[in-house]
Amino acid sequence: MTTATPTRALMEGSEALVRAAILADCKFFAGYPMTPFTEVLEHFAALLPDVGGVCINAESELEAVGMAWGAVATGERAATGSTGQGIALMQESFSEATLAELPLVIFNMSRSQGDYFQATRGGGHGDYRHLVLAPQDVREGVRLVQLAFHLADKWRNPVMLYGDYLLAHTQEAVTVEKVDLPPLPPKDWGVDGTTSGTGRSRTVTSLGVAKPGARPFGQEGKAQYIATKMAYLEREVRSESGYCDDAETVIVAFGSPAKFVKYAIAQLRDEGLRVGYVRPITLWPFPTEAVHAAAQGARVVGSFEISSGQMVDDVRIAVAGAAPVEFIGGVSSDHSGFGLGRLLDVDEVRERIRALHEGRPQPPVPGYEEFAYEPLPHQLAATPEVTP
Amino acid sequence: MSTIPLGPVIDTSRAPASGARVVEPQLPQLLFTNTHHLCPGCGEPLAIRSLAEALEDLGLVHTAICALGIGCYTSFGGTVDVEIVQALHGRAPSLATGIKRMRPDATVFTLQGDGDMVNEGLQEVLHTAARGESVTCVLLNNGVFGETGGHMTATSVIGQRTKNTIDGRDAAYHGYPILIGDLIARLEGAAYVARGSVHNAGSVARTKKMLRRAFETQRNRAGFSFVEILTMCPTGWFIPTGEGPDYLSSTLGEVHLMGELKADGVIRTTEELHAENVRKAAELDAQLARGGIED
Amino acid sequence: MNTIVRSRGTVTIDVEACKGCELCVPACPPAVLTMSTPVNKKGYHYPELHPGCTGCAACLMVCPDYCFEVFRFEVPVETEVEA
Repeated sequence: MTTATPTRALMEGSEALVRAAILADCKFFAGYPMTPFTEVLEHFAALLPDVGGVCINAESELEAVGMAWGAVATGERAATGSTGQGIALMQESFSEATLAELPLVIFNMSRSQGDYFQATRGGGHGDYRHLVLAPQDVREGVRLVQLAFHLADKWRNPVMLYGDYLLAHTQEAVTVEKVDLPPLPPKDWGVDGTTSGTGRSRTVTSLGVAKPGARPFGQEGKAQYIATKMAYLEREVRSESGYCDDAETVIVAFGSPAKFVKYAIAQLRDEGLRVGYVRPITLWPFPTEAVHAAAQGARVVGSFEISSGQMVDDVRIAVAGAAPVEFIGGVSSDHSGFGLGRLLDVDEVRERIRALHEGRPQPPVPGYEEFAYEPLPHQLAATPEVTP
Repeated sequence: MSTIPLGPVIDTSRAPASGARVVEPQLPQLLFTNTHHLCPGCGEPLAIRSLAEALEDLGLVHTAICALGIGCYTSFGGTVDVEIVQALHGRAPSLATGIKRMRPDATVFTLQGDGDMVNEGLQEVLHTAARGESVTCVLLNNGVFGETGGHMTATSVIGQRTKNTIDGRDAAYHGYPILIGDLIARLEGAAYVARGSVHNAGSVARTKKMLRRAFETQRNRAGFSFVEILTMCPTGWFIPTGEGPDYLSSTLGEVHLMGELKADGVIRTTEELHAENVRKAAELDAQLARGGIED
Repeated sequence: MNTIVRSRGTVTIDVEACKGCELCVPACPPAVLTMSTPVNKKGYHYPELHPGCTGCAACLMVCPDYCFEVFRFEVPVETEVEA
């Protein structure tokens, strides 16, 4: 099979995403193996050399993101990736790369949706944001990978693709074909050595240090420049909505679980229940307006996530009091902790939406009754006020 | 020391009108200005001058890319006419790796301090060397965090007073210094490893030659090259500027021994380096006394 | 008794760039650099050159503030100096 096969073929998600990246002209990848991200690295290692690219099996996540940083600084398209803990190690670089305006693409194959805050709130230092795209399946992933490289270059800003075990490992019949995206200006900022000694040598930096003739930012100026740039990135918000026109109950869900939610809602619609959904495709920027609009005529809004409830904060901000907001997800993984667990089941999802719609308590999350935290007596005692 | 009687002060505000030629210009081509904000008596500008001159000597000016670390020397990012990719503290060798893999014809080097390279980013430089990446890592080693105000680093020598080893670095409490050049020399992927110094004119001249050999190693795609340069930090050492060179040679220089630690695949012994240092110092001092270092 | 001191070279000194570190003074093989009594605009004493320069460039090589430019005379300049 050639790298850019336009024919429909059965392949696992990781391979399809990597083939899409290569179709988007990605020339460099560096990563450190970690489940469920590992296969993304494997496929880059197998496929990049065939197109004149380079894949390095980095000695750590810190070094992986550094190598991708260097490659991106030359103006080539380059990416890195990991999961949870590895992403945490890389986040100092994501924030700094944002300040340095580097179009770095990050493949985050997360272990659950509990890394929503990590992805959207950062974890790196300073005042920064980066785009986060969350495909619901492999087919959409193929398109969003190409969009990620496009948006990264369009804005000179890091873009993260937030996937999970299902996206990375599910075998699907998929056609990896090129998405039509508008042309972008040449990268007149990339380093190649040729501008050294010309009086106009290029600098790729997060700092306010400037050479003669360059914009003399200073540290405050650079921070202000980035702060005002972030507002423009919010224009790239994307979401999908369904059945919201007359919905009494609106469910917000993203990524693989959103596909389950959409299926369950179609079933409930067949039963005559007026339920609808909003699926954020960009987690940052969050589709605040779409969620707010959907909440206008609703009795209740639910957030279904495989976590203890993170995106629900953004849903509450978006709904802004237009309707009550309830969290209807929960923590649920497979035995290893790498994959999504028993809660991600159409029957489970449908009954949770039905309970919300009918104003009944949520069914128990599988496992919660057995493993629920039991506070010790001293923890239940009130802690005295200490503020004078 | 010469015994020339001191004559009148000569006007040095302008170049001689005629009858003289420039033997050393004030600034190398790759420096925009002589203005910088580093402290009096700092050794880093001397190392940076040597670096710029080495690139010029080899005709590599229009190929140079620097992955720049974080330390006092970072401010030179606005002063050198070299393409810069600013790294996070410690991470420059990985950036250099990514740059070089995408631009194999460029001369890619890092510029890092001991805090940056040997503390924060030790694994980066070791892995890059072990991989035999065709890049040059340049370390400015003054055995102290100068930028934060004089704190112990992983290269501070035993007995060295810093702000957090106020009675001197104690091996039992603070541990031993890392001799990074020696460590790197042992790695298969490292083709050229040298330790220079800028504590006097002779050592500056030797250091510049080491930088040239390192860049030649990269140009020949022979493997990883490394030049450590011992630099004065009188501010961080809490000594008068004029005492910097002697403090450097008698403390750091006695532990982090100057010389080509590995060249042409051969690792040199401490005894060999010592003997060479004594011989070269005498040789270079004699050349300077005769009127200049012969290339 | 006066001596004739030969200068094979000379330097220019950007005294306003000087930060008074004095590294050039002991670095000078013929010992013809001394520190000034007056100070520059930053408040630092700066080096001054006396006859006897060889143009060896040692001062330039140890100057962290890039103050020196080094010249060599085609014909050495002779100065009569009071011993």
